[in-house]
Amino acid sequence: MSGKKSDFVKFEQVDKSYDGKELVVKGLDLDIAEGEFLTLLGPSGSGKTTTLMMLAGFETPTNGEIYFDGNPINNIPPHKRGIGMVFQNYALFPHLSVFENLAFPLKVRKIDKAEIEERINKTLKMVSLTGFENRMPAQLSGGQQQRVAVARALVFDPKLVLMDEPLGALDKNLRESMQYELKHIHETLGVTVVYVTHDQGEALTMSNRIAVFNDGKVQQLSGPNELYETPVNSFVASFIGENNTFTGTVKELASGFAKIETSTGEIIIANPIAVSSAGEKSRISLRPERVNINPTEQIENRFEAEIKEIIYHGDHTRVRVNLLGNDEFILKVPNASSNSKLNLGDKVNLGWSSQDCRALDY
Amino acid sequence: MSAEIRTSDGELLSVKLRKVERRRRTTAFLLAAPLLFFIVFAYVIPIFQMLGRSIDNVQMNEFLSETHEVMQTWDGTEMPGENVTSTFFYELKGLVEEKNHGKIATRLNYEKGGFTSLIKKTARKLKDFDENGNFLDQFIDVHKKWGDIEYWLALKRGTDAYHFRKYLTTFDYEQKFDGSIERIPEKKRINVTLWLRTIFVAAGVTFCCFLLAYPISHLLSVLPTRYSNLLMICVLLPFWTSLLVRTSSWMVLLQKQGVLNDTLVSLGIVADEGRLELMYNMTGTFIAMTQILLPFMVLPLYSVMKTIPPSLMRAATSMGATPFLAFRKIYFPLTYAGISAGSILVFVLSIGYYITPALVGGAKGTLISNRIAYHMQQSLDWSLATAMAAVLLVAVLIVYWLYNRIVGIDNMRLG
Repeated sequence: MSGKKSDFVKFEQVDKSYDGKELVVKGLDLDIAEGEFLTLLGPSGSGKTTTLMMLAGFETPTNGEIYFDGNPINNIPPHKRGIGMVFQNYALFPHLSVFENLAFPLKVRKIDKAEIEERINKTLKMVSLTGFENRMPAQLSGGQQQRVAVARALVFDPKLVLMDEPLGALDKNLRESMQYELKHIHETLGVTVVYVTHDQGEALTMSNRIAVFNDGKVQQLSGPNELYETPVNSFVASFIGENNTFTGTVKELASGFAKIETSTGEIIIANPIAVSSAGEKSRISLRPERVNINPTEQIENRFEAEIKEIIYHGDHTRVRVNLLGNDEFILKVPNASSNSKLNLGDKVNLGWSSQDCRALDY
Repeated sequence: MSAEIRTSDGELLSVKLRKVERRRRTTAFLLAAPLLFFIVFAYVIPIFQMLGRSIDNVQMNEFLSETHEVMQTWDGTEMPGENVTSTFFYELKGLVEEKNHGKIATRLNYEKGGFTSLIKKTARKLKDFDENGNFLDQFIDVHKKWGDIEYWLALKRGTDAYHFRKYLTTFDYEQKFDGSIERIPEKKRINVTLWLRTIFVAAGVTFCCFLLAYPISHLLSVLPTRYSNLLMICVLLPFWTSLLVRTSSWMVLLQKQGVLNDTLVSLGIVADEGRLELMYNMTGTFIAMTQILLPFMVLPLYSVMKTIPPSLMRAATSMGATPFLAFRKIYFPLTYAGISAGSILVFVLSIGYYITPALVGGAKGTLISNRIAYHMQQSLDWSLATAMAAVLLVAVLIVYWLYNRIVGIDNMRLG
């Protein structure tokens, strides 16, 4: 990434309110690097789409400034920003053919005919839609429409492309294959992509970095790996992936570990992430796949649990157990023959390391 | 052919399918039957009966059937012979006894002016005729008009069972007695002017409605529901008011001593002696018709605009189009269906508009429909009235046909 700006897009103290009573986006500071695939992830109403719309120019920040390639863009109308955009429902022009849809941004830029044709051919080839030039959008399947929408956002070589839940309307299989395709397009072109979704799987698959939004604020901004492995607060832990939680009070805090007493009186040894002193309340987060059943080796946390429910999922089995008074504790058991002897009502020993068990804010 | 396919209870599949389909079709037909019945009896049949009057002259033909028959042998180059005049005499005598001569007098008067008095005078004198004398001379003695060959020619033509001369009149043409077709004298011409005016007003009103309705409809389609409902009520409110009341309100507003003129005078924009002529001319017709027909343009436009996702305009601007260009290239073309549906509705309605031009149009603002009403109610020339109505109907059908050719009737959205 030599010579590429780390603050290609910069949000500086951006607030946004629609009704003057509530802030939808609160004091947003966000740097997006050139060539990066950044995903804004969050539940609906978390401010992620508003953030995207402010960047596109369809919404004006109530406060603060947005910089694009070093220039403030608050007062630049959307059509002068040169930012490509893929919309939730594709927003293809229904009265224009695929070719005309793609030609639209080029004609607006007064590019000559031969080059328009060349660029469109190149772009259609990239999204494997060669030969579809004369089709009308209504004659295309959802996936094909999606590709046209992507092609249209890329055909005029924007430096930045925004995507607003572009795969939301596709079925699961198509969505997954499109995720890879978008990822490859991004890698090939090196274009900066800001992607909005509420689907964490999508975010983890495609992004260089993910900004988790909640309540108008970025809760955590990091790579997919860290986001899943090392969530910094309870919201991120529960929003990304599956999560078992215990609540308790910090009894003892040392460097590297904390002893936390649960409501049932047991002590769990956890990794202190967002606790700062003894006596504080904390929520402990533990990924289902980090729990071992009947561990043979020495392990810091080891408790007995009763199996309440077994749900077969093909490649893995989900087991719901009652552990330390938590009736909703989920285990993910890989579908290996050694684990097939679990039965309803069995008592099993569960163990996990203190590193995998994170003490977060309450 | 492969073996016949049968349903599980052994019936032939094709037979069974037909049975099921027939039942479904019967149900569908029965559901539509009352409407069909109503349309046929209350709409199609009366219309065709009415339209038949424009060419129908059967009654005259029956009253003077023998005269009509003998007249076929008369070539019309010189005065008719005794066979014609005597036949006419006896038939006229019969009609006078039955007191039916008034009817033929009116009818013949359409063919040539002066026939009413001619027949009435002749009818009074019939009893003085010498049945052994020369009938033509005696006719001429009663009234010298009988010496004019044109009256006999008119009589010949007037007893044809069917004729299309009313359609010529509709366009200010007439058929001379020698069979040639000519325009009627210039100062008598009125119908063509009215046709042109009607088309002009209909097109103008359509255009004004379009100009006014487009922004309103757009606003309606983008406003949040609670505001758009209120606005929609404002648009529809006139719809729920009687047409007569609305037109009368325009009279209150537009007349010389009306609200609008008073306001303009009191504001000093217009001098008291220079009050604007807003009524009893085309201006009045235009203003009132545009207001009254506006909802017919707003509703189809609104229903089309409602289906255009706002993201299309955003997409266009994100690709670098100025808002105006995005409107022209994307939004506007997508509203064609609404524009054409609204235009055809307003145009067809205004081409046959009656009450409003009758009340606020005055002499310079009346339309063809007012002329039709005049012939129905005052001149009582129903044949001409129905001929005009038929032309109007054909005009409307042509508009529909053109619309279907250009836009396709399936693309019409009415709300």
